[in-house]
Amino acid sequence: MTQTSSSRTSQAQPAPEQAVRGLAYRFRPPAPTRARPAPERGLLQPRRFMSGAGAVLLLLALAVPFINASPYIISIGTSAFIYIMLAMGLNIVVGYAGLLDLGYYAFFAVGAYTSGVLATGGMPLVFTIPFVILACIAAGIIIGGPTLRLRSDYLAIVTLGFGEIIRLTANNLELTGGPSGISGIPTFSFLGWSFRDGLDLFGIHFNGDILLYYTAVLAGGGFTVLAVARLGKGRLGRAWRAIKDDEDAAEAMGINTYLTKLAAYVLGAIFGGLAGILMSAHQSAISPTSFVFLNSALLLMAVVLGGMGSTPGVLIGALVISLAPELLRDFASWRFLLFGVLLVLMMIFRPQGLWPSTAVLPFLRFRREGRSPREGFGPHVPDDENLDRSGEQA
Amino acid sequence: MLQLVVDGLFVGSFYALVALGYSMVYGIIKLLNFAHGDVYMVGAFTGFVVLSSVTGVAAVGGLASILIVLLIAMLLTGILGVTVERVAYRPLRASPRLAVLITAVGVSFILEYGVRQIMGPNPRVYPVRLSGETFNLLGARITLPQIILFAVAAGLMVALNYLVMRSRDGRAMRAIALDPQAAKLMGVNVDAVISRTFFIGSALAGAAGVMAGAYYGTVDFLMGFVIGLKAFTAAVIGGIGNLYGAMLGGILLGLLESFGTNFLGGEWRDVFSFACLILFLSFRPTGILGARVVERM
Repeated sequence: MTQTSSSRTSQAQPAPEQAVRGLAYRFRPPAPTRARPAPERGLLQPRRFMSGAGAVLLLLALAVPFINASPYIISIGTSAFIYIMLAMGLNIVVGYAGLLDLGYYAFFAVGAYTSGVLATGGMPLVFTIPFVILACIAAGIIIGGPTLRLRSDYLAIVTLGFGEIIRLTANNLELTGGPSGISGIPTFSFLGWSFRDGLDLFGIHFNGDILLYYTAVLAGGGFTVLAVARLGKGRLGRAWRAIKDDEDAAEAMGINTYLTKLAAYVLGAIFGGLAGILMSAHQSAISPTSFVFLNSALLLMAVVLGGMGSTPGVLIGALVISLAPELLRDFASWRFLLFGVLLVLMMIFRPQGLWPSTAVLPFLRFRREGRSPREGFGPHVPDDENLDRSGEQA
Repeated sequence: MLQLVVDGLFVGSFYALVALGYSMVYGIIKLLNFAHGDVYMVGAFTGFVVLSSVTGVAAVGGLASILIVLLIAMLLTGILGVTVERVAYRPLRASPRLAVLITAVGVSFILEYGVRQIMGPNPRVYPVRLSGETFNLLGARITLPQIILFAVAAGLMVALNYLVMRSRDGRAMRAIALDPQAAKLMGVNVDAVISRTFFIGSALAGAAGVMAGAYYGTVDFLMGFVIGLKAFTAAVIGGIGNLYGAMLGGILLGLLESFGTNFLGGEWRDVFSFACLILFLSFRPTGILGARVVERM
């Protein structure tokens, strides 16, 4: 051991003429041991590439109705976008802040019921949006306020109980229509024109129910993805990640963990509620059976499968969850069993999900092996090889 | 009035049995075993299968045969609990809590929909229905099976208490609950003891499942979900991780529900108990008997 270390120091000795230069040499900043390649430029810069890819995907999604406007495709797409909205909202709570929320569907229900009750009462659907937001903020504070001071496992089960409370309340109240729910919810309308009438543009008739609704949901989904992704990158997003990694350390660094967690909770609730409006307008009828725990678990599955806290991951997860039932028609009854197995296997073998938040596409990662700038002082020894040898001798 | 108390005590003893398993597992490895309610459901179905395969015997034996079935179901659910721990929870013991919680949700799904695949989605009627003659006790109507089931539940709790407080295994469990590292250093086989804890907890839940099935008469594959929540509520009310707390919490929740149902109506029963959970967590998160938890860094 001593022998190797001494031989290594002799190798690393600077050449004599450099040693003579004395002070000037000594105070030079240490040269990096590895040269790093210049950062990527142009289109291949990872962030630019990902947002470009996102824009292309959005355009593709917009183009879908012009390529194949069969009601089947459009309705699958619509439900996929609602799922994306919900999954992104849940991603704030679970993925960013690390709070396991098993009752996320409760906020979906709050949104759907609030807008449903108001809209059947005669209010235009667009004007219900602020009320839904207020209701979701209130619901988020009611449930998050007392429980967010506790650690995560309590929160998980309290949210589960809260989801059940909302569902049972909707089931028992007269205002919400009891077990049969609310039906005949009007769709979006402006100044006497409603989505149902359709739209004539450039001589082409756009079928309102399907096409306009699809675009509305697409816009909602796109907005959610953008908003949540940007939230995650900002100051609040960094605070959430810090809390997820180590709550005590985050608190010690001056983050008000309680308020930050509450913010995650309320923001997640708002996105859930907005998705609820779109859903109640889409189905024009809602009932307590659409808000069972199963749906919350599926959303959680979407977030976990894709990769908690990762925007592309959650998009993939939401698409898988919303499209899988269509592809697995024949195995419909096995679906939830499969989801359960998948959850367990994911957590054991790949807890970071299909597309982790730290992932970079392989072709965007040009980290070539750099040669050491100091290679003139001795044979170049890669770091890991060096470690291996000393380990052997010790 | 007394009727309400009796009903509350009776339902509360079921809750307490399930809550004990929750509390034991939580006390030892700080894991919220989401699948615990589903173990209860599997217990009920095991009882259903065994009873319907030997219907003739059951008709003759009545209560005695139910007790034998109870033992079989306890054994099987115990083994199920150990298997779940071995397959799903042990590989994740060093992982973040979020991962383990999600795994537990996955296990709960597997149990629920696995049973659904085997037994079908519709509720099944228990082949044996315990509805003995009622008699009056100070104005409350009580049936003989009620008394016997209550006695069985109480007996199981006493046995568990003896096991945890007096036996060598119990001491090992308490040692692990206190400090797993130190317990390991003192020569406790931590994995084996955790396995045993899961066995006992799951067996108790299975027993509660059979008893509930025999008492209420129907079982279905989602019955574990609500009872799991209720049992957790009971454990929290009593102080999670504390055995007496789980028993007390179960009984208390049973009484609360029984009175709440009387005043608010049956359809609000579950809402009422979950609201109790939220209230308890906001004002006294450590429960009635729980000690103040100091976070270890």
